[in-house]
Amino acid sequence: MHNSDKFKIPVGPQHPALKEPESFSLALKGEKIMGVDIRLGYNHRGIEKACEERTYIQDIYLIERICGICSHSHSTCFIQAVEEIAGVSVPKRALYIRTLIAELERIHSHLLWLGVAGHEIGFDTLLMYSWRDREIVMDILALLTGNRVNYGINTIGGVRRDISEEEKQEILKGINILEERTKYYIEVATEETTIIKRLSGVGVLNYDDTLRLDAVGPTARASGVQRDVRKDDPYAAYSEMDFNVITDNHGDVYGRTVVRVKELMESYQIVRQCIKNMPDGPIVVKVPRKIPAGEALSRYEAPRGEDVHYVKSNGTEKPERVKVRAPTLANIQAVKHMLKDRYLADMPIVVAAIDPCFSCTDRLIAVKNSNNKNNHTMTWEALHAYSIAWYKARGIDFAGLNKNLKKRLEGS
Amino acid sequence: MIRQVLYSLFKKPATNLYPAQKLEMPKGYRGKLVFYPEKCIGCKMCMKDCPTGAITINKIAEKKFEAVIDLGKCIYCAQCVDSCIKKALEVTKDVTLAQLDDKKLKVVFGSDSENNRTEKQAP
Ligand code: SF4
Ligand code: SF4
Repeated sequence: MHNSDKFKIPVGPQHPALKEPESFSLALKGEKIMGVDIRLGYNHRGIEKACEERTYIQDIYLIERICGICSHSHSTCFIQAVEEIAGVSVPKRALYIRTLIAELERIHSHLLWLGVAGHEIGFDTLLMYSWRDREIVMDILALLTGNRVNYGINTIGGVRRDISEEEKQEILKGINILEERTKYYIEVATEETTIIKRLSGVGVLNYDDTLRLDAVGPTARASGVQRDVRKDDPYAAYSEMDFNVITDNHGDVYGRTVVRVKELMESYQIVRQCIKNMPDGPIVVKVPRKIPAGEALSRYEAPRGEDVHYVKSNGTEKPERVKVRAPTLANIQAVKHMLKDRYLADMPIVVAAIDPCFSCTDRLIAVKNSNNKNNHTMTWEALHAYSIAWYKARGIDFAGLNKNLKKRLEGS
Repeated sequence: MIRQVLYSLFKKPATNLYPAQKLEMPKGYRGKLVFYPEKCIGCKMCMKDCPTGAITINKIAEKKFEAVIDLGKCIYCAQCVDSCIKKALEVTKDVTLAQLDDKKLKVVFGSDSENNRTEKQAP
């Protein structure tokens, strides 16, 4: 793809325009982007493997830390899968609380995105405004769960904290203020000429390409694709909620902005319904520590799009396999398409428009040469031995290091 | 917009003068743990469920236990509090836990005298 008459510039893995390490290699002709190479894998944390070493209860907290913004999304998605295998029916009230926290999280994530998008196009007033308002929802989340992020509200079989009447009133108060402010943002997004001019026609993804590239979440909905797990495959208490799936036909960054601000309004409605219709009853049922053998796939509409978790259990306290597909992984191919033939200056906002979360998405990339006859699969032990030998050949002896470390730990 | 500008011009700074003025933590905040040795029965459920291995329960005498909590490892999830059937663990709103010396992050809760809750730094 890259030949000599094109200028190649690397953006990332460390770059001021990116908040997370990811590498984009842009082939430019003048100001025009001719091709993009995206390389994932700079922030791979091995969470899926680590989950296999821990019990289900410990995994909740680990899974929750996949993402700082949509922590509730990941933990709910994981727990749904575990609950499905174990065959527990979660109390209604717990489902309502999960839905409530999920929507509050969506509000905070979309407001955060609005600020970031404003910042990327040099509209910092919008950043100041929306992040100021985001504090309201962060305070509500802190009030309900104890923390601003990583709420820790989920547990297998229900939720860990109940919601009182006063807290409900606090939520409603906050939501009313936010609704007023959001109306203003909708006005800004649909009438402010600078925003419309800057975002229209940037990062276009049409309907067919969206389906072909499998984009999810607001990115897909902005191209007119009616896709929302909350409606298509309702989980938690969404089957009892009355809300609209917001779509838009612009297919560009402007469309994604409109979809997100309008989704905020829907989220306020869902929060109100949750509070109004919240049934009484227990918030958690007891689930045995050992989960019977089985497997389950769980879907969840995170603020950035569909999140998928797969869990396989083997009858012990620890899962045999956990697989996570964060929404950004589904959207990243679309970015490549969106950037093609655009100008370099559009790159930050186009990347920001999918609301990327690279750390959640990152995975190990193994480059496999299919022509090589020596290709073979390595067992875990062989790989371990190989890595020790590899380092030993370079003068680093891990065997000794491990012993030293152990000695030091025991000594202290 | 103009109203916002005028409002922001005259309002107090949003920041806190930290050491003098401390923010009130929200109700239910999960901060530093406390341990009540007199309630603990040594079942070690907390140790089993802790996602980070931050808590260790040691038997110091017959029916007497101490808890060693590594504040650097703890992620303040309060799972141990939920797991403890005897309510021997509790969360506080204490957040000022930063230390320059990492040894000080290990805190031992134990009972020196009868039913007397004490807290000391790990040696
Ligand atoms: S779970 Fe409670 S009673 Fe059991 S060892 Fe821990 S602190 Fe003690
Ligand atoms: S709060 Fe969480 S991390 Fe800290 S000791 Fe308890 S279970 Fe472990």
